[in-house]
Amino acid sequence: MSTPYAKLPAWADYGLIPLINLSVAFIVAGFVVLLVGENPFRAAVILVEGAFGKGTGIAFTLFYATTFIFTGLSVAVAAHCGLFNIGTEGQAYIAGLGIAIVCLSFDSTLPWWLTFPLAIVASALVGALWALIPAYLQAKRGSHIVITTIMFNFIAASIMVYLLVGPLKPAGSQAPQTRNFLAGAELPKLNWIIELFGAKIRSAPLNICFLLALAMAFLVWLLIWRTRLGYEMRTYGHSPKAARYAGISETRIIITAMMISGALAGMMALNPVMGDQHNVAIDFVSGAGFVGIAVALMGRLHPVGIVLAAILFGMLYQGGAELAFEMPAISRDMIVIIQGLVILFAGALEHMFRPYIQALFASFSPRSVGMEAVKGKGA
Amino acid sequence: MAQATIEPAAIELIGINKSFGAVRANRDINLEIARGTIHGIVGENGAGKSTLMSILYGFYQADSGEIRVGGKPASIKTPNDAIALGIGMVHQHFMLVDNFTVLENIILGAESDALLKRSIAKARSELDRLEREYGLEVEPDAIIEELPVGLQQRVEILKALYRGAEILILDEPTGVLTPAEADHLFRILRQLKDQGKTVVLITHKLREIMAITDTVSVMRQGTMVATRETAKTTVEELAELMVGRRVLLRVEKGEAEAGGVKLAVKNLTVRDSRGVTMVDDISFDIRAGEIVGIAGVAGNGQSELLEAISGIRHAVSGSVMLDGKPIDLTGKADPGELRDRGLAHVPEDRHHVGLVLAFEENENSILGYHDDPRYLKGPFLNVDAIMADARDKIEKYDIRPGNPRLKTANFSGGNQQKIVLAREIEQDPGVLIVGQPTRGVDVGAIEFIHKRLIAMRDQGKAVLVVSVELDEIRSLSDRILVMFAGRIVGERGPEATEGELGLLMAGVEQEAAA
Repeated sequence: MSTPYAKLPAWADYGLIPLINLSVAFIVAGFVVLLVGENPFRAAVILVEGAFGKGTGIAFTLFYATTFIFTGLSVAVAAHCGLFNIGTEGQAYIAGLGIAIVCLSFDSTLPWWLTFPLAIVASALVGALWALIPAYLQAKRGSHIVITTIMFNFIAASIMVYLLVGPLKPAGSQAPQTRNFLAGAELPKLNWIIELFGAKIRSAPLNICFLLALAMAFLVWLLIWRTRLGYEMRTYGHSPKAARYAGISETRIIITAMMISGALAGMMALNPVMGDQHNVAIDFVSGAGFVGIAVALMGRLHPVGIVLAAILFGMLYQGGAELAFEMPAISRDMIVIIQGLVILFAGALEHMFRPYIQALFASFSPRSVGMEAVKGKGA
Repeated sequence: MAQATIEPAAIELIGINKSFGAVRANRDINLEIARGTIHGIVGENGAGKSTLMSILYGFYQADSGEIRVGGKPASIKTPNDAIALGIGMVHQHFMLVDNFTVLENIILGAESDALLKRSIAKARSELDRLEREYGLEVEPDAIIEELPVGLQQRVEILKALYRGAEILILDEPTGVLTPAEADHLFRILRQLKDQGKTVVLITHKLREIMAITDTVSVMRQGTMVATRETAKTTVEELAELMVGRRVLLRVEKGEAEAGGVKLAVKNLTVRDSRGVTMVDDISFDIRAGEIVGIAGVAGNGQSELLEAISGIRHAVSGSVMLDGKPIDLTGKADPGELRDRGLAHVPEDRHHVGLVLAFEENENSILGYHDDPRYLKGPFLNVDAIMADARDKIEKYDIRPGNPRLKTANFSGGNQQKIVLAREIEQDPGVLIVGQPTRGVDVGAIEFIHKRLIAMRDQGKAVLVVSVELDEIRSLSDRILVMFAGRIVGERGPEATEGELGLLMAGVEQEAAA
């Protein structure tokens, strides 16, 4: 039977509605700022200027965005296969182990451009293997992947704490982290690109991983919409019964999708570890895996949307840090509230305004809300 | 026009309009239904019948127009308004809580007291009265899921009557019933009519309209094209009004020229996911160049049989030979392998199994054949080849709208089914198994689909058709097998009467023999 909710043109679906959701999130956040006694307009200016005003700010925003692109892509790949990978956090964290092994072994002998490919492989492999176990349990035993991946986050965290306060910690050090990498495991910065446009950068961690993230976004698009594997993943994601009918092996597709998802999550670790801190420290992922869920949802599981959403969240991270610095009444927790509101309106309440927008469109131009279902009846 | 002496109509719809976006689901609908009559509404899928009834029952509101109930203008904004006006509805898919008793379901939403016990006590006596008055016997303390569908439907009717319905709307009520159960339903409806109730029957089965209604209205593409007195019209006229052109209700076909056995099923036993035996030791053959129809009331193992033969569900025991070579159905047979061996399957449930509704049409036109090198370039999909192939099928099967980039969910039921059929038939399989070929498909497309299946047969393919529509089975099949409780209880030729098949479907002979 006909549904009252007609389709919207693509630009409204992918542009207007996210914009409205975002605006509402910021308006509500503005009220929160007002409540703590600060001027919301000044706060907004500081936030945006902090993120995009100066070259350094832009570089930091893109650095954070790099991390979120990886985790967002990771969540999206699993979601296209109908799997909710909540374990991105743990997969990225444990992938730090793979990077540590590569970097600590080769940083004194190899140049960065040889260490880097090795580290990419190691991080992807470890991330994928960490996702393999929950995937296997889901495919063969029916253990729900949300539960198992959450548990694997905790297991990853425990293993990493053990390793970083024990075997991986240099003797005599008090800090729970590996020794600092040598030049052979330091990735080149990309700050010069921003400087090309005339901006000045003091010091910012934006590095070559940003380009890797963009490349991965393209590869994920290719995988999902242009390969046989992606076709099978989407079939299973939309309808496991249709996949069974089409002769697609459930076990194989779940395991493959989760391992790709885990590999992307693992690569996220390259950015902070090799691009910024030059060591593997406790809790270096710091929630980026969970932000990836919001990024993937807000980006409508499409790589282009994910890159844009990742930049938005990078802006919130970077601008938020500036805001906490400039306005003492606004603490770091306030920034988390703002981020939470963005997730709430853009993710969870994504469809709240849709019916009204659709009604509006229908009243303006009925033709734009094309519903061809009832036209063109059978022969 | 109405004179004071004439009793006002039970329902009067005047100039009802309803649009969803650009689609005008109902245009200037005028309808008058006299009190104490059975009024049929027929039309193809998407003609606007359900929308109209949903407006009457308060699920939607009309954009413009007036509803009068019993001669008085009525404002129906929610189903509760409709119920208060004495309008009751029996939905196609029952709205019952499966693990509640009959009584609990009947009072659901109409509890008269904060304490359930008192509500139930009150309901029990009222229900007793209703059951006696209308001859609708149902055990009040039976659990719904333990009742056969015919009785579940009776509970739905009782539910409406309990809420004081004077006007009863039934949406496709016989879809799930055996012929005998349908007859019983019609007796109940006549009795309701005799008691002065008004019945509105929505259906696409023209024979039912002829059998039971007093007047009938035909809808097409959102408009009310005609209202007739049933006694003064014919099935042919109604079909023509529905489709807008003449239709063949019974496909013409020549004698079957059956060849060698293509598919041999021996002692097949299949259990469902709960471990209940659904297919019990079944054996049959299908030969090249014949259509074998499996008749039966839904839920007697036909679905499981189809799933097992097509490799979707594993069988417990038994053997199946395809072209003389065995298929391992109990082990690791998978649908992909069977497809490679020339067995194509049009599943019963095209929405969840045969198609991915969220996909573009062209993506669905390769589902199951996506491993075929024709559609691939290495690991990549060969988008150009897939699109060309989809366009080709759209043309051959007259799939509308003819846009391979359109989301499959936006096609009508008939066109969706054509997408599936085109995909499976164009692979030129030796054996085609089809579940419910025309469920939810409009009359025009039914004719097309039937012709295609007969063309397959005439090309020397083996075709197995499973359908709950007896008419369809009788007009398509060269041999008819009847399934009841997981067994084949009889084999008949296409000349078998409906009554004969109906008895078999109800398991009557089975019991007599036991």
